[in-house]
Amino acid sequence: MLDELIDDEISVQTRAQMQEHLKGCDHCEVTLSTTRKTIEIYRSHEVYELPNSVRERLHAAIMAKCKHGC
Amino acid sequence: MATIQIGENEQHPDVALVASARTGDVQAFETLVNKYDRQIFRIAQHITQNKEDAQDVVQDAFLKAYEKLDQFQGNSKFYTWLVRIAVNESLMRLRKRRTGKMVSIDDDIETEEGSVPRDLADWSPNPEQNYGQAELAEILRKTIQGLPHGFRIVFVLRDVDGLSTEETAETLGLSVPAVKSRLLRARLQLRERLSRYFRKKKAGEK
Repeated sequence: MLDELIDDEISVQTRAQMQEHLKGCDHCEVTLSTTRKTIEIYRSHEVYELPNSVRERLHAAIMAKCKHGC
Repeated sequence: MATIQIGENEQHPDVALVASARTGDVQAFETLVNKYDRQIFRIAQHITQNKEDAQDVVQDAFLKAYEKLDQFQGNSKFYTWLVRIAVNESLMRLRKRRTGKMVSIDDDIETEEGSVPRDLADWSPNPEQNYGQAELAEILRKTIQGLPHGFRIVFVLRDVDGLSTEETAETLGLSVPAVKSRLLRARLQLRERLSRYFRKKKAGEK
Protein backbone atom coordinates (compact mmCIF):
# COMPACT_ATOMS: atom_id res chain seq x y z
CA MET A 1 0.00 0.00 0.00
CA LEU A 2 2.78 2.39 0.91
CA ASP A 3 4.23 2.52 -2.60
CA GLU A 4 0.80 3.01 -4.14
CA LEU A 5 0.19 5.92 -1.80
CA ILE A 6 3.56 7.42 -2.66
CA ASP A 7 2.93 7.01 -6.37
CA ASP A 8 -0.65 8.19 -6.20
CA GLU A 9 -1.96 4.98 -7.70
CA ILE A 10 -4.91 4.29 -5.45
CA SER A 11 -8.60 4.89 -5.84
CA VAL A 12 -10.28 7.88 -4.25
CA GLN A 13 -12.12 5.58 -1.85
CA THR A 14 -9.00 3.72 -0.69
CA ARG A 15 -7.20 7.04 -0.36
CA ALA A 16 -9.91 8.33 1.96
CA GLN A 17 -9.68 5.18 4.09
CA MET A 18 -5.89 5.42 4.20
CA GLN A 19 -5.98 9.06 5.18
CA GLU A 20 -8.35 8.22 7.98
CA HIS A 21 -5.88 5.56 9.18
CA LEU A 22 -2.88 7.88 8.82
CA LYS A 23 -4.51 10.42 11.11
CA GLY A 24 -4.47 7.91 13.95
CA CYS A 25 -1.21 6.12 13.14
CA ASP A 26 2.02 8.01 13.66
CA HIS A 27 4.15 5.14 12.36
CA CYS A 28 2.49 5.07 8.96
CA GLU A 29 2.26 8.83 8.75
CA VAL A 30 5.97 9.33 9.48
CA THR A 31 7.01 6.47 7.19
CA LEU A 32 4.98 7.95 4.35
CA SER A 33 6.12 11.53 4.79
CA THR A 34 9.81 10.69 5.25
CA THR A 35 9.81 8.24 2.33
CA ARG A 36 8.29 10.92 0.11
CA LYS A 37 10.94 13.33 1.35
CA THR A 38 13.66 10.77 0.55
CA ILE A 39 12.53 10.63 -3.07
CA GLU A 40 12.20 14.40 -3.30
CA ILE A 41 15.72 14.99 -1.96
CA TYR A 42 17.28 12.56 -4.41
CA ARG A 43 15.30 14.06 -7.25
CA SER A 44 16.28 17.63 -6.50
CA HIS A 45 19.99 17.15 -5.69
CA GLU A 46 22.41 15.92 -8.31
CA VAL A 47 24.63 13.33 -6.69
CA TYR A 48 26.95 12.91 -9.66
CA GLU A 49 27.70 16.07 -11.60
CA LEU A 50 29.26 15.81 -15.02
CA PRO A 51 31.71 18.76 -15.14
CA ASN A 52 31.52 20.93 -18.27
CA SER A 53 35.15 20.31 -19.18
CA VAL A 54 34.53 16.55 -19.17
CA ARG A 55 31.31 16.99 -21.12
CA GLU A 56 33.11 18.93 -23.83
CA ARG A 57 35.82 16.31 -24.09
CA LEU A 58 33.28 13.48 -24.32
CA HIS A 59 31.19 15.33 -26.90
CA ALA A 60 34.22 16.02 -29.05
CA ALA A 61 35.27 12.35 -28.89
CA ILE A 62 31.75 11.09 -29.68
CA MET A 63 31.15 13.50 -32.55
CA ALA A 64 34.59 12.95 -34.08
CA LYS A 65 33.89 9.22 -34.31
CA CYS A 66 30.34 9.74 -35.60
CA LYS A 67 31.59 11.99 -38.38
CA HIS A 68 34.00 9.28 -39.46
CA GLY A 69 31.29 6.69 -39.58
CA CYS A 70 32.17 5.41 -36.07
CA MET B 1 -12.51 11.28 -28.88
CA ALA B 2 -10.93 14.05 -30.89
CA THR B 3 -8.59 15.03 -28.06
CA ILE B 4 -7.53 11.41 -27.52
CA GLN B 5 -6.64 11.09 -31.20
CA ILE B 6 -4.56 14.23 -31.11
CA GLY B 7 -2.76 12.88 -28.06
CA GLU B 8 -1.98 9.62 -29.82
CA ASN B 9 -0.64 11.37 -32.88
CA GLU B 10 1.62 13.67 -30.92
CA GLN B 11 5.18 12.92 -31.77
CA HIS B 12 7.96 12.88 -29.23
CA PRO B 13 10.58 15.45 -30.36
CA ASP B 14 13.25 12.72 -30.36
CA VAL B 15 11.51 10.89 -33.21
CA ALA B 16 12.43 13.60 -35.74
CA LEU B 17 15.97 13.88 -34.36
CA VAL B 18 16.51 10.14 -34.62
CA ALA B 19 15.11 10.13 -38.18
CA SER B 20 17.51 12.94 -39.19
CA ALA B 21 20.46 11.27 -37.48
CA ARG B 22 19.72 8.08 -39.41
CA THR B 23 20.16 9.93 -42.68
CA GLY B 24 23.61 11.05 -41.54
CA ASP B 25 22.71 14.36 -39.88
CA VAL B 26 25.33 14.37 -37.11
CA GLN B 27 24.02 17.68 -35.76
CA ALA B 28 20.73 15.98 -34.93
CA PHE B 29 22.61 13.27 -33.09
CA GLU B 30 24.64 15.87 -31.23
CA THR B 31 21.38 17.39 -30.02
CA LEU B 32 20.47 14.01 -28.51
CA VAL B 33 23.91 13.75 -26.89
CA ASN B 34 23.47 17.21 -25.37
CA LYS B 35 20.06 16.33 -24.12
CA TYR B 36 20.84 13.05 -22.39
CA ASP B 37 24.55 12.88 -21.55
CA ARG B 38 24.14 14.00 -17.94
CA GLN B 39 21.45 11.42 -17.24
CA ILE B 40 23.46 8.64 -18.87
CA PHE B 41 26.51 9.65 -16.84
CA ARG B 42 24.46 9.61 -13.64
CA ILE B 43 23.06 6.13 -14.34
CA ALA B 44 26.49 4.80 -15.32
CA GLN B 45 28.13 6.24 -12.22
CA HIS B 46 25.42 4.78 -9.98
CA ILE B 47 26.06 1.34 -11.43
CA THR B 48 29.85 1.36 -11.84
CA GLN B 49 30.63 3.57 -8.81
CA ASN B 50 33.63 4.74 -10.75
CA LYS B 51 34.03 8.10 -12.46
CA GLU B 52 36.33 7.00 -15.26
CA ASP B 53 34.17 4.00 -16.08
CA ALA B 54 31.06 6.18 -16.10
CA GLN B 55 32.68 8.61 -18.54
CA ASP B 56 33.68 5.71 -20.79
CA VAL B 57 30.12 4.41 -20.63
CA VAL B 58 28.76 7.78 -21.81
CA GLN B 59 31.05 7.69 -24.82
CA ASP B 60 30.50 4.03 -25.65
CA ALA B 61 26.73 4.12 -25.14
CA PHE B 62 26.24 7.05 -27.51
CA LEU B 63 28.58 5.57 -30.11
CA LYS B 64 26.81 2.22 -29.92
CA ALA B 65 23.45 3.95 -30.23
CA TYR B 66 24.67 5.84 -33.28
CA GLU B 67 25.95 2.65 -34.88
CA LYS B 68 22.71 0.84 -34.21
CA LEU B 69 20.26 3.62 -35.04
CA ASP B 70 18.95 1.49 -37.90
CA GLN B 71 17.95 -1.19 -35.42
CA PHE B 72 16.03 1.22 -33.22
CA GLN B 73 12.42 0.15 -33.66
CA GLY B 74 10.71 3.29 -32.56
CA ASN B 75 8.16 1.38 -30.51
CA SER B 76 9.99 2.43 -27.37
CA LYS B 77 11.31 5.88 -26.57
CA PHE B 78 14.81 6.69 -27.83
CA TYR B 79 15.81 7.55 -24.26
CA THR B 80 14.78 4.19 -22.76
CA TRP B 81 16.56 2.41 -25.63
CA LEU B 82 19.68 4.46 -24.90
CA VAL B 83 19.43 3.74 -21.18
CA ARG B 84 19.24 0.03 -21.90
CA ILE B 85 22.49 0.25 -23.86
CA ALA B 86 24.10 2.29 -21.07
CA VAL B 87 23.00 -0.16 -18.35
CA ASN B 88 24.50 -3.07 -20.28
CA GLU B 89 27.73 -1.17 -20.89
CA SER B 90 27.91 -0.26 -17.20
CA LEU B 91 27.41 -3.85 -16.07
CA MET B 92 30.15 -4.91 -18.47
CA ARG B 93 32.56 -2.37 -16.96
CA LEU B 94 31.65 -3.52 -13.48
CA ARG B 95 32.33 -7.11 -14.48
CA LYS B 96 35.78 -6.13 -15.78
CA ARG B 97 36.61 -4.40 -12.51
CA ARG B 98 35.55 -7.47 -10.61
CA THR B 99 37.99 -9.52 -12.67
CA GLY B 100 35.49 -11.27 -14.83
CA LYS B 101 33.02 -12.24 -12.11
CA MET B 102 29.50 -12.28 -13.51
CA VAL B 103 27.54 -9.21 -12.57
CA SER B 104 23.82 -8.81 -13.07
CA ILE B 105 21.09 -6.63 -11.73
CA ASP B 106 20.02 -9.59 -9.59
CA ASP B 107 23.12 -9.51 -7.41
CA ASP B 108 22.93 -8.86 -3.69
CA ILE B 109 19.20 -8.34 -3.50
CA GLU B 110 18.52 -11.01 -0.91
CA THR B 111 18.31 -8.71 2.04
CA GLU B 112 15.54 -8.02 4.41
CA GLU B 113 17.07 -4.80 5.62
CA GLY B 114 14.71 -1.90 5.45
CA SER B 115 11.58 -3.90 4.70
CA VAL B 116 10.27 -3.03 8.11
CA PRO B 117 10.91 0.55 9.17
CA ARG B 118 12.86 0.66 12.43
CA ASP B 119 13.79 4.28 12.88
CA LEU B 120 10.43 5.89 13.14
CA ALA B 121 11.48 9.30 14.36
CA ASP B 122 10.05 12.09 12.26
CA TRP B 123 12.48 14.30 10.35
CA SER B 124 13.10 17.95 10.99
CA PRO B 125 11.30 20.21 8.54
CA ASN B 126 13.50 20.68 5.42
CA PRO B 127 16.30 18.56 6.93
CA GLU B 128 18.56 19.14 3.92
CA GLN B 129 18.92 22.77 4.96
CA ASN B 130 20.92 21.70 8.01
CA TYR B 131 23.79 20.73 5.72
CA GLY B 132 25.96 22.57 3.23
CA GLN B 133 25.63 21.58 -0.46
CA ALA B 134 28.83 19.53 -0.53
CA GLU B 135 28.10 17.84 2.78
CA LEU B 136 24.58 16.96 1.70
CA ALA B 137 25.79 15.56 -1.62
CA GLU B 138 28.27 13.39 0.29
CA ILE B 139 25.53 12.09 2.59
CA LEU B 140 23.27 11.28 -0.36
CA ARG B 141 26.11 9.58 -2.24
CA LYS B 142 27.25 7.51 0.70
CA THR B 143 23.70 6.49 1.51
CA ILE B 144 22.72 5.34 -1.97
CA GLN B 145 26.06 3.62 -2.51
CA GLY B 146 25.18 1.31 0.37
CA LEU B 147 22.19 -0.16 -1.48
CA PRO B 148 22.54 -3.40 -3.45
CA HIS B 149 22.99 -2.27 -7.05
CA GLY B 150 19.88 -4.14 -8.19
CA PHE B 151 17.86 -1.83 -5.91
CA ARG B 152 19.91 1.27 -6.59
CA ILE B 153 19.43 1.19 -10.33
CA VAL B 154 15.67 0.68 -10.05
CA PHE B 155 15.43 3.65 -7.68
CA VAL B 156 17.55 5.85 -9.95
CA LEU B 157 15.62 5.02 -13.12
CA ARG B 158 12.19 5.19 -11.55
CA ASP B 159 12.42 7.92 -8.91
CA VAL B 160 15.35 10.11 -9.95
CA ASP B 161 15.12 9.81 -13.72
CA GLY B 162 11.35 9.59 -13.80
CA LEU B 163 10.90 6.54 -16.05
CA SER B 164 7.57 4.75 -15.59
CA THR B 165 7.43 1.38 -13.85
CA GLU B 166 6.85 -0.29 -17.23
CA GLU B 167 9.77 1.53 -18.87
CA THR B 168 12.05 0.63 -15.96
CA ALA B 169 10.99 -3.01 -16.25
CA GLU B 170 11.59 -3.03 -20.00
CA THR B 171 14.95 -1.30 -19.70
CA LEU B 172 16.27 -3.72 -17.08
CA GLY B 173 14.59 -6.86 -18.39
CA LEU B 174 12.64 -7.26 -15.16
CA SER B 175 8.95 -7.94 -14.56
CA VAL B 176 6.71 -5.09 -13.40
CA PRO B 177 6.12 -6.75 -9.97
CA ALA B 178 9.91 -7.18 -9.57
CA VAL B 179 10.43 -3.46 -10.27
CA LYS B 180 7.72 -2.53 -7.78
CA SER B 181 9.11 -4.73 -5.05
CA ARG B 182 12.70 -3.53 -5.54
CA LEU B 183 11.59 0.08 -5.70
CA LEU B 184 9.70 -0.15 -2.42
CA ARG B 185 12.62 -1.83 -0.67
CA ALA B 186 15.08 0.70 -2.11
CA ARG B 187 12.93 3.59 -0.94
CA LEU B 188 12.53 2.16 2.55
CA GLN B 189 16.22 1.35 2.92
CA LEU B 190 17.22 4.84 1.81
CA ARG B 191 14.68 6.37 4.16
CA GLU B 192 15.98 4.28 7.03
CA ARG B 193 19.60 5.24 6.33
CA LEU B 194 18.85 8.93 5.81
CA SER B 195 17.01 8.98 9.12
CA ARG B 196 20.37 8.87 10.85
CA TYR B 197 21.07 12.33 9.48
CA PHE B 198 17.66 13.88 9.13
CA ARG B 199 15.71 12.77 12.19
CA LYS B 200 14.44 15.39 14.54
CA LYS B 201 16.70 15.75 17.52
CA LYS B 202 15.10 14.93 20.82
CA ALA B 203 15.32 17.52 23.57
CA GLY B 204 18.87 17.59 24.96
CA GLU B 205 20.37 15.83 21.92
CA LYS B 206 23.11 17.61 20.01
